[in-house]
Amino acid sequence: MKSVGAAWWFVAPALVVIGVFFVLPVFAALAMSLTDFDIYALADSRNLRLVGLRNYAELLQTPLFWKAFRNTLYFVVVGVPLSIGVSFGAALLLHSRLVRFPGLFRTALFAPVVTTLVAVAVIWRYLFNPHYGLLNYALSRVGVSPIDWLGDPSWAMPAIIVFAVWKNFGYNMIIFLAGLQSIPEPLYEAARIDGASIWRQFRHVTLPMLAPIVTMVNILTIAGYFQLFAEPYVMTQGGPLQSTVSVLYFMYEEGFKWWNLGSASAVAFLLFLFIFAVTAVQLRLARWTHAS
Amino acid sequence: MPGLAKLFVNGVVLGVATITVAPLVWMLSVSLMSPGEASTFPPPLVPGRPTLDNYRGLFARAGMGGYLVNSVVLTTAVTLGSLLFNVAAGYAFAKLRFAGRDRIFKVLLGALVIPSQVAMVPLFLLLKHLGLVNTYGGIVVPALASIFGIFVVRQYALSIPDELLEAARIDGAGEFRIFRSIIVPVLRPIVVTLAVFTSLGAWNDFMWPLIVLSDMDLYTLPVALASLSREHVQDNELMMAGAVLTTLPVLLVFLVLQRYYIRGLTLGSLRE
Repeated sequence: MKSVGAAWWFVAPALVVIGVFFVLPVFAALAMSLTDFDIYALADSRNLRLVGLRNYAELLQTPLFWKAFRNTLYFVVVGVPLSIGVSFGAALLLHSRLVRFPGLFRTALFAPVVTTLVAVAVIWRYLFNPHYGLLNYALSRVGVSPIDWLGDPSWAMPAIIVFAVWKNFGYNMIIFLAGLQSIPEPLYEAARIDGASIWRQFRHVTLPMLAPIVTMVNILTIAGYFQLFAEPYVMTQGGPLQSTVSVLYFMYEEGFKWWNLGSASAVAFLLFLFIFAVTAVQLRLARWTHAS
Repeated sequence: MPGLAKLFVNGVVLGVATITVAPLVWMLSVSLMSPGEASTFPPPLVPGRPTLDNYRGLFARAGMGGYLVNSVVLTTAVTLGSLLFNVAAGYAFAKLRFAGRDRIFKVLLGALVIPSQVAMVPLFLLLKHLGLVNTYGGIVVPALASIFGIFVVRQYALSIPDELLEAARIDGAGEFRIFRSIIVPVLRPIVVTLAVFTSLGAWNDFMWPLIVLSDMDLYTLPVALASLSREHVQDNELMMAGAVLTTLPVLLVFLVLQRYYIRGLTLGSLRE
């Protein structure tokens, strides 16, 4: 293996694109978060000043930022376990040898994942309609009085969570299904010979074998759910009463509506640091439980 | 008893699948209703007299034809361009030796944890300086390479035997010739997988086109649909037709090529 010169021709184009349009902007974001970059600086860079950590300090005193943070946390803390639970249940169902046409059902359950988020958000906004939405109609048939899903501050985020679970559960379902299929059958046979019940087989064979996959799915799903944006943008525009403003929605408005680009960069960085910390804790926990 | 269990499991699966697919089927049904028909209680499940009027309205009044063209052009450009860049780089990281190769690759893998939104504000300013804001270029150029794409190709290319390359070199073939006539055919399955992944991602992308494209003439379907849905809150039938137009192409691509798509999913999930 030689051919050093030619190799660079293969990697250089991709590395230049990633370097210029991703790595450089990430460092620039850190730098910008320490400036007062706003609409005046956008017009003339002489209006730009270094302000140290002032953007961060001001954000931490901004009630809407904290509200966006709490809303996002709510979405993650309720949405992720629900989403992963449904994914896991669906994977177990599809893995059952009793199911007929597993391929067909797998495709049906996976379909929402590939749909366009904006398009299906429009559908669900209509499903959630308090007056003539299908959801309230179905609920009225079982005696539940109409709920103003997207118009009531205490129901808007749960409605978005229901929508997100529907949209996303197929993704992790496929990953769990691949994991279930990779567990060697002899392990189950050995457990059966030892007289293990279905539940004990699940507890002592399936779960331990899937543990690494569960950790990975947790990390990726949590990171993904922290990036909530299009759902509130299309379905609620952050309302009602700012109950669905997410961190990224806040960043979008701060940066691209009010052109406070320094402050928006600080928001992006805080979100990244938080996701990073949560990921690190999960990895540490996984290693710790694995060791014991 | 086994018969009963079988009935139960299949019943549950059928129920879950019905609930999952129902919103999509309903979207299609409502898109064929005449204006106002869907805004009644109880909500009608099927159109009284199916009509394509909403689709006609989308193209005639809402300019959907132009947005459709934008989406098709951008998706094609992003997919073809990024395939070229990522496949070449992925192959080189797997099979060619160059200074700092493994170190660079480790750095790239580490960078995967950074959400793309962190880069968005400075990227917008950079593209503004380059004159690419509010152009197709603002969407295509930053998307020409992706760490995920390089990674997926590299993992697959690692299995190419070195003897194959050595034999071609002894025969006097240049590196680019080897790439074109030996490597690309061997990598075909992963190239298809990556193509499906990239094109669906580009088609569905929302936040970045929303930021970069301010001119309505340049809107992609998701951006246009989001903007329309803010104006036409009451026109459910029209909105559903727009949703069908936006999401049907990706659903069809997925149905035809799902074998490749699902492989990419399980490949991508092994990125530890």
